[in-house]
Amino acid sequence: MEYTIKNARMLDGAIVDVEISNGVIKNIGNGLNSGEMLDAQKHLLIPGLVDLHTHLREPGREDSETVATGSAAAAKGGFTAISAMANTFPVADTAGVVEQVFRLGREAGLCDVFPIGAVTQGLEGKKLAELGAMANSKAQVRIFSDDGKCVSDPLLMRRALEYVKTFNGIIAQHAQEPALTVGSQMNEGIVSSRLGLAGWPAVAEEAIIARDILLAEHVGSRLHICHLTTAGGVDLVRFAKARGIQVTAEVTPHHLLLTDELVSNYDPVFKVNPPLRTEVDVNALRKGLADGTIDIVGTDHAPHPTEDKDCEWQSAAFGMVGLETALSVVAKAMIETKLLDWNGLVNRMSIAPAKIAGYTNHGQNVAKGSAANLTIVDTTANWIVDRNTLASKSKNTPFQGMTLPTQVLHTFLNGELVLRNSKIVKSTNGGSN
Amino acid sequence: MATVLDAGEIGRALKRIAHEIVEHNHGLENVVLLGIPTRGAFLGTRIANFLGEIAGPVPVGTIDITLHRDDLRLRPPRPLLPTNIPTSGIEGKDVVLVDDVLFSGRTIRAALDALGEIGRPRSVQLAVLVDRGHRELPIRADYVGKNIPTSALETVRVHLSEIDNEDSVEIMAGA
Amino acid sequence: MDRHLLSINDLSASEAIQILNTASELSKISDGPMKKLPTLRGRTVVNLFFEDSTRTRISFESAAKRLSADVINFSAKGSSVSKGESLKDTAQTLQAMGADAVVIRHGASGAAQRLADSGWISASVINAGDGTHEHPTQALLDAYTIRSRFPDLRSNFNGLKVAIVGDILHSRVARSNVLLLTKLGAKVTIVAPPTLIPVGITDWDVDVSYDFDSAIKNVDVVMMLRVQSERMADSFFPSEREYSRGYGLDIARLNSLKDSTIVMHPGPMNRGLEISAESADSHKSVVLAQVSNGVLVRMAVLYQLLGGAAFSGEVSA
Repeated sequence: MEYTIKNARMLDGAIVDVEISNGVIKNIGNGLNSGEMLDAQKHLLIPGLVDLHTHLREPGREDSETVATGSAAAAKGGFTAISAMANTFPVADTAGVVEQVFRLGREAGLCDVFPIGAVTQGLEGKKLAELGAMANSKAQVRIFSDDGKCVSDPLLMRRALEYVKTFNGIIAQHAQEPALTVGSQMNEGIVSSRLGLAGWPAVAEEAIIARDILLAEHVGSRLHICHLTTAGGVDLVRFAKARGIQVTAEVTPHHLLLTDELVSNYDPVFKVNPPLRTEVDVNALRKGLADGTIDIVGTDHAPHPTEDKDCEWQSAAFGMVGLETALSVVAKAMIETKLLDWNGLVNRMSIAPAKIAGYTNHGQNVAKGSAANLTIVDTTANWIVDRNTLASKSKNTPFQGMTLPTQVLHTFLNGELVLRNSKIVKSTNGGSN
Repeated sequence: MATVLDAGEIGRALKRIAHEIVEHNHGLENVVLLGIPTRGAFLGTRIANFLGEIAGPVPVGTIDITLHRDDLRLRPPRPLLPTNIPTSGIEGKDVVLVDDVLFSGRTIRAALDALGEIGRPRSVQLAVLVDRGHRELPIRADYVGKNIPTSALETVRVHLSEIDNEDSVEIMAGA
Repeated sequence: MDRHLLSINDLSASEAIQILNTASELSKISDGPMKKLPTLRGRTVVNLFFEDSTRTRISFESAAKRLSADVINFSAKGSSVSKGESLKDTAQTLQAMGADAVVIRHGASGAAQRLADSGWISASVINAGDGTHEHPTQALLDAYTIRSRFPDLRSNFNGLKVAIVGDILHSRVARSNVLLLTKLGAKVTIVAPPTLIPVGITDWDVDVSYDFDSAIKNVDVVMMLRVQSERMADSFFPSEREYSRGYGLDIARLNSLKDSTIVMHPGPMNRGLEISAESADSHKSVVLAQVSNGVLVRMAVLYQLLGGAAFSGEVSA
């Protein structure tokens, strides 16, 4: 299909029309009018967002989310590319499973789904999975992660880092020393002592980060730190980058906004791994994202069915959904506080993640010839989060009832309009590699 | 607002009640006084003192009826007041309950229930400073300081120097 | 304290003293002349015990029955609870049965609060111990016991020196007691090996000591906490012998206490580990009084919550 976006506002402030055809931006100028018209009403036009950390739950836990419903949530959140974590049932540790997830994403056609492969077989942390087979599969996997669990065996982590050099892959580590976090329920600190909940100390994250950045240096490979949550972790990544180590880091929207004080009423909607931490950590993470020590935002979208959250804390599952609120939460934490401008935000949520992952059709500047993976957002609108209107199958959002800035209006996936006026357009087969 | 009993009248009424108790019970051998807190307890002590002057010592204590009230559910929980049963107990005794105002009779009904939980007196008698009428239960006093007919809309206020500034009984219009 | 007693933080200092005063009155009438009171006739109290605890359950049951309430017991073994029925479903069954109050003991911290906040039931919730979080009625009966041995303490505990000794990290009794004692003005010292002291203790209004002997030199109350030998498997302390050498109330330490000092223990006791047999049975020990005071204090709590106007609790659909 052909479209012309009328009156779009570019990042530099210019108001232009944008012609889209055959999946690419054909022309940018004024007075253009080919194909279907979409009036952007001077709202901001940016490259579609890219999330390197999503849990789509399919295969195995389709009661909480499927590739299709997760893709819809992504499109509503302004994402045109998402990376699906491997902790499914069965685990995505073979070419077969990653190709299945890849195919499901193509069929849903609402977002480009890039499967992540497991580092170890069955996520058991004992033996390497067939990383090469997954890399060569139709899914062309380049990011590998045992997320949900930590690759805690230092020797195995070393081997994994070495092995992916074959195809310039990345090991994305969920940093959590298991021995220090047995039975942990929330951040270890003043609040956990008061509430009588077993603590998850910051050092359990930082110790693994310290070890892995030195391993990455030693073997000369690429390391990605998932969901950084502590001030100490930010310092370690800064130190690593200063030494020229190839490390990248990610932070979730919820860790930029929420602290462990919220756990005080034991509502499991705030139960997440890694846990919400203190104000000191939140401030350090914001600074780290602002100065680029933290390269990207990753949502760690983790859907759970109601019964896994409608119970006492200890029995509840860890995780929060986040695709649909990500941009707004980051805008609240970073734009409203003037720590980042929109250029910076677009870099952290689109350009940088696409570059790290090698998703060449995404995170491109809005220019003639670029792939038409775009989103149009109203930076002046506020909206109230209502779990009942989420596209995700699961409703475990910690932002329920909050008023957040910036609303996603329209999303283009490879030149097809998949989200119009914040509503999913019934999908055609629009995905591409 | 009108004062219907002043300090002097109160004193004389209590003294007369003391004489009546001795007369009615043919002496004080088997008598136990139990005042209902708060003001009934003070009156009980005063009457016991008068009895001490007239005829000899008599065991005196207090019995709080809060936990036996029939109107507990109508208001937030009330604090409990002191209950002190003399060591001689009430079994087989002639118990004289003492209260300041007899009105609906429900307080005395609760006191009878409370006594029943403790034991079995030989008899239970009732001494009140003021009987203002308007009974809702078949309860009557044996010894009355003063009968004061009132309208149900009026309020009777008893002041005793043990906790108020003076001794007096007043009637006020309205609740 | 509104509808529920979930934590000592639900009580102001004067509300706590009010409960102690009510228990005092109840001890005079209920222990003596009046065994049974009609006050809660027609009310239903449910004991919802997901953790085994015969003592606490019987204590609450006695308290409710002495006030003429009807009592229903749900305990962990052999009921739908043990078959994995969720807290929510169990609670909604109780609501359907018309419970006015639910006394809950659960292994998960915050379970009582979840029950109270959830909207599953309209009954009052009394926390009888939730995980390692709190055990408010235990702290209240401990305070009542202290007050009965130190009659000068009426409306506050100013000047009272208390040492709480043992596994603070995992102790809900410790948390509730620290909150209540400091709220009433007492000076509290925590004594434990560093491994059993929570990281966040810097936020508590207490002193911390690793040295049992110097910490108990001039205290008025020594409150011993139960230590589980399973903790050795997680390396909280190397051996039972080393633990009791360092932190056990043995006869030497017992004899070093002032004459007026009392020894407390919430039970059940590990004789020989945290407390020697001599200490447990000495005249300084008030352990038996703690147990009997438990019934009175729980009667006072039930009276405060249920003895007055019923709250129009709303249950969400």
